[in-house]
Parts: sequence; structure tokens; C-alpha cells
Amino acid sequence: MSIFADAQIWNSTLSMAVPLALPAIGGTFSERTGVVNVAMEGIMLMGAFFGVAFSYWTGSAWIGLLMALIIGGLTSAAFAWGAIRVSADQVVLGMAINIFAAGLTAFLLDTVFGFSGTPPTTPKLPNVSLPGIDKIPYVGQIFTNQSILVYVMIAIVILSHWFLFHTRLGLRMRSVGENPLAADTVGINVWRLRYAGVIIGGLLSALGGAYLSIGVLNSFSVNMTNGRGYIALAAMIFGKWTPLGSFGAALLFGFSTALGIVLQGNGVSSNLLQMIPYALTIIALTGLVGRSIPPAADGLPYDPKR
Amino acid sequence: MEDFLEVIDLKKWFPGVKANDGVNLTLRRGEVHAILGENGAGKSTLMKMIYGLLEPTSGEIRLAGQPVHFRSPREAIQAGIGMVHQHFMLIPALTVAENVVLGDEPGGVNYNRREAVRHVRALSERYGLDIDPTAKISQLSVGLQQRVEILKAFYRKARLIILDEPTALLTPQETRELFNIVRNLKAEGIPVLFISHKLDEVKEISDRVTVMRAGKTVDSVRTADATPQDLANMMVGREVVLRIQKEVAKPGAPVLQLEDVKVRDKAKNLRVKGITLELRRGEILGLAGIDGNGQFELADAIAGLLRPEDGRIIFDGHDITHMTPAQRTERGIAYVPQDRHADGLVLEFDLVENTILRDFHKRPYSSAGILRRKPAEDYTKRLIEAFDVRPPQPARKAAELSGGNQQKVILAREVSRDPIMLIAAQPTRGLDVGAIEGIHRQLVRLRDEGKGVLLVSLEMDEILSLSDRIAVIHDGRIVDVIPGDTATREQIGLLMTGSRTNSEVASS
Repeated sequence: MSIFADAQIWNSTLSMAVPLALPAIGGTFSERTGVVNVAMEGIMLMGAFFGVAFSYWTGSAWIGLLMALIIGGLTSAAFAWGAIRVSADQVVLGMAINIFAAGLTAFLLDTVFGFSGTPPTTPKLPNVSLPGIDKIPYVGQIFTNQSILVYVMIAIVILSHWFLFHTRLGLRMRSVGENPLAADTVGINVWRLRYAGVIIGGLLSALGGAYLSIGVLNSFSVNMTNGRGYIALAAMIFGKWTPLGSFGAALLFGFSTALGIVLQGNGVSSNLLQMIPYALTIIALTGLVGRSIPPAADGLPYDPKR
Repeated sequence: MEDFLEVIDLKKWFPGVKANDGVNLTLRRGEVHAILGENGAGKSTLMKMIYGLLEPTSGEIRLAGQPVHFRSPREAIQAGIGMVHQHFMLIPALTVAENVVLGDEPGGVNYNRREAVRHVRALSERYGLDIDPTAKISQLSVGLQQRVEILKAFYRKARLIILDEPTALLTPQETRELFNIVRNLKAEGIPVLFISHKLDEVKEISDRVTVMRAGKTVDSVRTADATPQDLANMMVGREVVLRIQKEVAKPGAPVLQLEDVKVRDKAKNLRVKGITLELRRGEILGLAGIDGNGQFELADAIAGLLRPEDGRIIFDGHDITHMTPAQRTERGIAYVPQDRHADGLVLEFDLVENTILRDFHKRPYSSAGILRRKPAEDYTKRLIEAFDVRPPQPARKAAELSGGNQQKVILAREVSRDPIMLIAAQPTRGLDVGAIEGIHRQLVRLRDEGKGVLLVSLEMDEILSLSDRIAVIHDGRIVDVIPGDTATREQIGLLMTGSRTNSEVASS
């Protein structure tokens, strides 16, 4: 049990949770307004690639981050248009975005950067240790030398919870995902809030993708998200469509990944540990431990002229 | 009294349909005004135009003397129109207070939960609605949910309340409570538009009534000046028989005997908790009760769709407890199920296929396992004529017929097989006065032919007007069986809640 006493495993749990928690909270925003979002994987890839690309071209990781958000936002806006305005099947559309993004980023990596991949001189976002926190034993080690985006994530978790459950706009967003007709009859603009939900989701997913490429590393590789968008989907469901729950689930899943790394060479298959998020999701959906119920109008297009 | 809302020669034409074609209406301050009409008469279209959900083709709506043109419900709400939809516009996952204030919440950026709860509680107390603002909608009964809709209207400072078929989903007790609320509103000077196709309710609650038929307003009268018969005639456009005249029943031998029957529903909940009951030839036995007390599970068990957990079902002297539905059909049981779409018809099949559903495997409709269309079609044509199914086209899909005509097709199929007993569950649900009359005639005719009829209905009027005996079910048990000719609404209403005091006093 000594591995649990080592603060290093919690340090990497937190680090592993970032690219799960951000898209999971993003998905929460999207689905709370009633749009099923399985496009997190693809939007993460877009964010990851364009983050690195612009970071290299401009020499600034911050501009890279900004461009990752813009491209992620645009991709999700396209998804939103198809899902909301044209009432396309949201799952099919989301999968199409995922496949499109995987192809596009692989193609661009090859044509723009060539065989050797993104240059090693690409700048990355800074790592930060909270000032003075290293004086605190144990806890200090967890927050030492983490990417700046780890702290951004913690802020986003708290802000998202406050926004969804304590603001007027959050109440309206949730109402739109539960019963859009009811919201419409009291004068709430259903489409606008759904666009907002999907695009916030896209921004957070892109942020999660950029964390991988310019937060942890300073390079992009083909399919570098490696299914994290889908684990985020699982985290969102396991977290019962709430920001705090999504964060908790992301920590749990991040922990199982961190554990897998530590246990490598100890005779425990890491493939086995990687199954944990999905097994937990199945348990959550079947209601064995407190049933996870989606927003009532999740996935149903709304046509006000019906 | 001053005119508050005027509707002048309003028209709404859809391609091929004149949904409203000359509607006139005046609503005065402080009156309860009923709009009475059959399904499809154009009541909903009219309400949607008043509420800004549809734009009129021509004509005018005036509110307090001023012409108004609402392009959205929001504009109608702002002008002071409150609407309680038949299907509630509520969000089950949110609380009462959240539902009420939604779209117009107190607070700045933050939603001020405390202020919302306080405001909603104050409104609830002022209008005597007795609602806990912090309860989740999903925990409330239908009657309470409706009050939340009324609260929503008042929160938005409604000066006029429209109630669209408000009693459709309510129990008799809830209906009574709703009427008390409506009287409170009237006392406060708030005009109420009460949309309904139920005559007795219109008679009870309204001051004036406007009758609609085929998209036009027929007339507006003072409710006190019109008899239910007058109103029904105006609504249908011909003389209708409201209460079927029937001879005294001549009950014969028992056709159905239930002995301590217990039934679980599909979700394995025990719904029928030991029922012993007898039905005779030549009588209509009404099974009255509030929805959800086991009456439909009992009907399903007699028809064979649910297996009784315990007890015996004797039909025509034989124990049929363990027979399949098909075997029971062969022995002479006919069944008009509660949900005609789910259990009564195959909506995607045409009328020919639907009328031979029970006999398609037999001659003359099939031979050597191959369907023969011609005899089936001839049979269907005969039924269509005998039961006046419209349109009279055997090749029509069942889904294309109106509810009343769908019900005629089911009834035709079931009774034309010359059964010994008919179980009719909610046979007139959602049907118009005219169609109800026809179905009721058929049921009485069957009885007069010496067949046993078990009528399971949630409609008190239907039970009272048809039944020779009335069994009242509560919580899966029969509370009492009383004679139909002397039964009263109040007596049955009391029994339906499980209380026996009335009859015990009477019989002791």
C-alpha cells in the first residue's frame, strides 16, 4: 500500500484528470441544454493539433491555446448548427466530427510538419507551483510543478457548478434540456441557449485537447487523445451530468490510469485497469449505485414551429 | 360587466383545412366563460391564436378594447394572458418555485432562490392553492401540478386565465378542488376561459358558454338558460341522446364468476388484491373507480392478457383461469381494451386486416395457411356499414381514422363474433358526444340480446347512465356493489375513495 502514501500518485492523478474533466464538464453543458455530445474526442484532437501548430508558428504557447479554443469553438458551432438548426441525428453527427477530426489532424500533421512530426522547439504552457505550497507536507507535493491548466481546470469546475446551479442563466439552460417547449412558452430562447451549451462544450473540450499537446508535452502525434473524449463521456454520465460529479469521476478515472502506470511491472495488466472507467459507467447507467438519469430532452431536436 | 377580451370573426386556414372559420367571442371581466365543442371543433386553434402560438389568417382579437397581434407566447404573457395547457408545460426535474419563476427569475446574475420561494409561497397562499414551493414537480400529483401552472400565470401577473381541458387528467376530488380555485379567481375579478367538451362541467362552473362546431362559433348563451340537452345539440348539430333510455334488465344465468382473484401488473406490483364478483347474462355491470386502482389489470386478467396470481375465473361454467387469450376468445369473450392504439388495433394495418385479427387463421379468411383477401374484405364492408365507420373504405389504414371511428372498428370486430360476454374498458375515452351515443347504444343492445357486459370506466356519467349494477373498486378490492338505478354520484365518489360509511349506514 505504500504507493498510495506516495504523493506522486495523487500528483499524477490530478494531472491525468485534466483531459477528462474538461471535456466531461463541456459535455455536461451541452447535454444539460439538450444536445447529446459525443464529439468531444474529435474536438479535443482539433484543439490539440491547432494548439501545437499555432504555438510553433507564433512562438507563443498562449496564442496556441487561444487558437485551439477558436478552432474548437468553430468545430462545435458547426456541430451545433447541424444538431440544432437542421435537427440531424446528434450521435451520428458527433461521430462524423470525431472521424473527420482524426483524419484532418493526421493529414495536416503529415503535410505541414512532415515525417518527423512537430518540431521539438515548440513552446509549451508553463508549469506552476503555487507559491508557498511546497511548505505544506504531502499536499504540497500534489500541487507542485503542475501545468497552469490544472489550476484553470479547478477554477472551471467551481465556476461551472456555480453557473449551472446558482445563476439565472444556468437555470434556463437546464430547463431547455428538460422541456424546451415549456421553456419556449415562458419566452426563453431555446435555440440560443443550446448553441451556447454546445459551444461552451467545444471550448472546454478543445482546452482539454490543448492540455495534452502544449500543457503536458509540446508536440502532437496522430490520435494523441487516444479515446479520452469517450472516457470523458463516461465521466460525464458517471458524474450524473454535473460539473462536480464529472470532476470526481475524472479524478477516479485519472487515478486508475495513474495506478496503471505505477503498477506496470508489478504483474498487473494496465489494460485491465484501463477498463475501469467503462465498467464503472455501465454500473452507473444500470442503476446499481444510484441511477444516473440524463436530462429529459437530451438528444431531442426542438422545432418551435411544430 | 365590461368586455375584457373580444374575438371578432377570427379565421385560421391551414392548407386544405379551415380550422377556425369565423369565431366570435366576448369575455367579460369576472366571468367564467366556457368554450364547448367536440374534438376537432377548433377550440385548440382558437386558444393558440389568443396565446400567440398561431397567427390568425384574418379577424381581430381585442384585449381591453385594444386590438392585439401576438407573435409569440411571450407577448401574450406580457399582455396579461395566462394559459394552463392540457399537457402541462412543467419541468419535472425542477422545483415548484423554479418552474414558476422560470423566464422571469428574481436576482441579478445569481438566481435568488430564497426570493423565488418567498414570492411563490405568498402567491400560493393568496389564491388558496396550498403548494410547497420547494417540492420537485415530479413528486406532485397531477392536480397539484395543474396548480403550479396556475401559479405560473399569476406570477406573470395574468389578468385572464385560460384553462384548456383542465379536468381531462384529474380525479373527481381534484376536479372539485379545481372548481373551488376557479370560483376564487372569479371572486378576485379574474376572467376565466374554460375549454371543455364535458357538458356537466360546463354547466357546473361557467356563467356563459360559447359553443363551437366545425371551426365556427354556433352561439353564446347564459349557462343557466341552457339545458345540457340544448348544449349537446348545438355542439353536435343534431338531436343527441345523452342518457340512453333502456328497459329494465332481465338478468339471466351467471356468465362470469371471479373467485378471490389476485393480479400483478407487468411491473410485478400487486394491483388486484382479491376480488370476488359475478356478472350475469343480460346485465351491464359497471366497474367504477379512480384510475390506478386495479380495474384495468382486472380486465386484462379476464381477457387473458395478464395471468392471475391467485384465485379462479369461471366463464360460462368453465374454469378459464389458465387459458390463453385465444382460447378465451373461442369460448365467447370479447374485449375492448383501454388503450385502443396499443392493444386494440394494429395501426399500420388496414381495416380488413384489423377486423379479421381474431379469425384470420380460420375459414373463410384463410385456407391452407394462405390469407384470402376477398371474403375478409366482404366481411369488413358489412361491418363498416353496420357500425357506420367513416370513411367507409376497407383499405384505409387504422391509423388514418379518427378515435371514434377506430373505436367503432374495435367494437364491430369484437361484437360481430357473437360473444357471450363483452369487457369494455374505457370504451368512449376521448370520444365526442355523438360517437359516445353510438357506442352506448351498442352496449345496451348487447345487454338486451342477453349477453353479459362488464363496463370498466373512469367516467362517472358513463357508469351511471349504463350500469344495471355498479361495483366500486378501490386499491385492488371491491368496496361495494350497488344497484345502478338508485346510485348517486356522491355515493360512488365516496366509495371510490375507499370509504364505506354511506352504504353501511344505509344497510344497517
